[in-house]
Amino acid sequence: MVALNRRQLVGLALVLVLACALPFFVANYRVFQMTLVLAYAIALLGLNMLTGYNGQISLGHGAFYAIGAYTAAILMDKAGWPYWATVPVAGAICFAAGFLFGLPALRLEGLYLALATFALGVAMPQILKHKAIEHWTGGVQGITIVKPDAPEWTGLSQDRWLYFFCLAWVLVLFVLGWNLLRGRIGRAMVAVRDQPIAAQAMGVNTAMVKSLTFGVSALYTGVAGALAAIAVQFVAPDSFNFLLSITLLTGVVIGGLASISGAFFGAVFIQFVPNVADEISKAAPWAIYGIVLIAFMYAMPTGVAGFVRLARARLARRRAGQAVR
Amino acid sequence: MNELLHQILSGLATGGIYASLALALVMIYQATHLVNFAQGEMAMFATYIAWALIQVGVPYWVAFAITVVGAFVLGVAVERIIVRPVENAPILAVVIVFIALLVIFNSIAGWIFTYTIKPFPSPFPAEPLFGNRFMSSHEIGSMAITLVVLLLLFVFFRFTPLGLAMRAAAQNPVSSRLVGIRVGWMLALGWGLAAAIGAIAGIMVAPTVFLEPNMMGGILLYAFAGALLGGIDSPGGAVLGGFIVGVLENVVGAYVGSELKLTLALVVIIGVLVVKPSGLFGKVHVVRV
Repeated sequence: MVALNRRQLVGLALVLVLACALPFFVANYRVFQMTLVLAYAIALLGLNMLTGYNGQISLGHGAFYAIGAYTAAILMDKAGWPYWATVPVAGAICFAAGFLFGLPALRLEGLYLALATFALGVAMPQILKHKAIEHWTGGVQGITIVKPDAPEWTGLSQDRWLYFFCLAWVLVLFVLGWNLLRGRIGRAMVAVRDQPIAAQAMGVNTAMVKSLTFGVSALYTGVAGALAAIAVQFVAPDSFNFLLSITLLTGVVIGGLASISGAFFGAVFIQFVPNVADEISKAAPWAIYGIVLIAFMYAMPTGVAGFVRLARARLARRRAGQAVR
Repeated sequence: MNELLHQILSGLATGGIYASLALALVMIYQATHLVNFAQGEMAMFATYIAWALIQVGVPYWVAFAITVVGAFVLGVAVERIIVRPVENAPILAVVIVFIALLVIFNSIAGWIFTYTIKPFPSPFPAEPLFGNRFMSSHEIGSMAITLVVLLLLFVFFRFTPLGLAMRAAAQNPVSSRLVGIRVGWMLALGWGLAAAIGAIAGIMVAPTVFLEPNMMGGILLYAFAGALLGGIDSPGGAVLGGFIVGVLENVVGAYVGSELKLTLALVVIIGVLVVKPSGLFGKVHVVRV
């Protein structure tokens, strides 16, 4: 594990304290929105592992989000599982689904993978509505689940409790993800993205790295889907349409490809900007997504996280320059 | 038996639409090795223009012509203004720009024309032609138009100097530039032609699927499936692939269940990419290490 310097540790601790304190100062509805931000952040980190770090384009990650959400909903509603037990199962199922989808995807590069995942994203709602699995998925109506109560000893409201539940998952998954991406496997992922042949020559098992990345990426996205389903208390096929996949991609691009902290910037954007834009017109959020995507690709391809990094480096250089003078 | 024949024939009619759109995709792919994810939404937008023109009283075929020309200009403009700057960017950046275009066209259409579903007129008589029992006259008419478009394109690329220049620019840009072909403009022309073909496909399919901003989502997917099945770098193959997918879709829809139609496209796409990535008629690419 690459150690953080003292300044970064203090910064992280401050952010964490802020994240713990914030829900006590805002209304329950805002807390609910923040919970969704956390879920999105996990999904974005998952997609970023695949697209940003490993260079495999996915236009269908909404499908894995849907699988995670449905797993949680079905386990809670039909099998009577407690909400907390469904999340790891959702992750495991999505890992398997992602790994299996990653196997044929191994043979597909760049554009072709984008096409295949595009098809997955577009077809997903229809698969979820299919009659054969209707008694589990509830067909077009979807499934309504009961919002879990906070344990008595905490004395928290349901929304605040769920927020902390998600925050715990965020902590665990981001620490794990950080270690994964900064370590040997993370470097192998980047090597496979930039120089597949050289990576192979260096002894990296390209096929394994690619499908495992697909699996882990789907796992993160599935956990996010499960958490979001528990928070929203409702799953239905049409909330997991192709536009969800585009939303996730937009979040990744805005946060910054191949960046970990970018997930939070992206998540805040895709949670709050559509809410504000919705008041102008139903089409406005999507127009904004499109324009922002193009603008970022032209002007800021490293996203907000890259911009922050750049600004900080400039500032440090200027300070160093003044010290010499 | 009659039922199957009916399904196959109406499959051929929708297949013609997929074939046109697949051809549009292949044209852009041949020139730039990119797949335009916004192709369907551009067609949808053009269809809205036609609808608006017809609403204000322009005769159908005049509106048709204006729309096709307008779509051509739109395609050239999109290439020149939006796609050009990312021409040499990594594939991820290009895909993101195309997705952005898809979303922008979709939302602009929704913004201007609202999301309510609109009926779209068909230029063909309501009663079946020649008293046949199998195909509606719109199906026959749209198939005929598709075939005419394909024929015109073939003639254009095969027998005109401009068509030759466009083929040259796609195959060997460097040498083409040396003999004085303006390669950049040839690419833009290709985009314009693709957009025009897409517009015709959109106008032809709108009476059956009805006009709304998301109408092309599924159709684009079938066009992808058709293009991949026939071979994404082979125009003839893509057309055939489009027809095959159209028939498959209709037959599967009728006998297996219509709620799996999109999944069929997914299966075809992944199946082709895994088993025979070059498609039925495409060139097999050998990468030199």
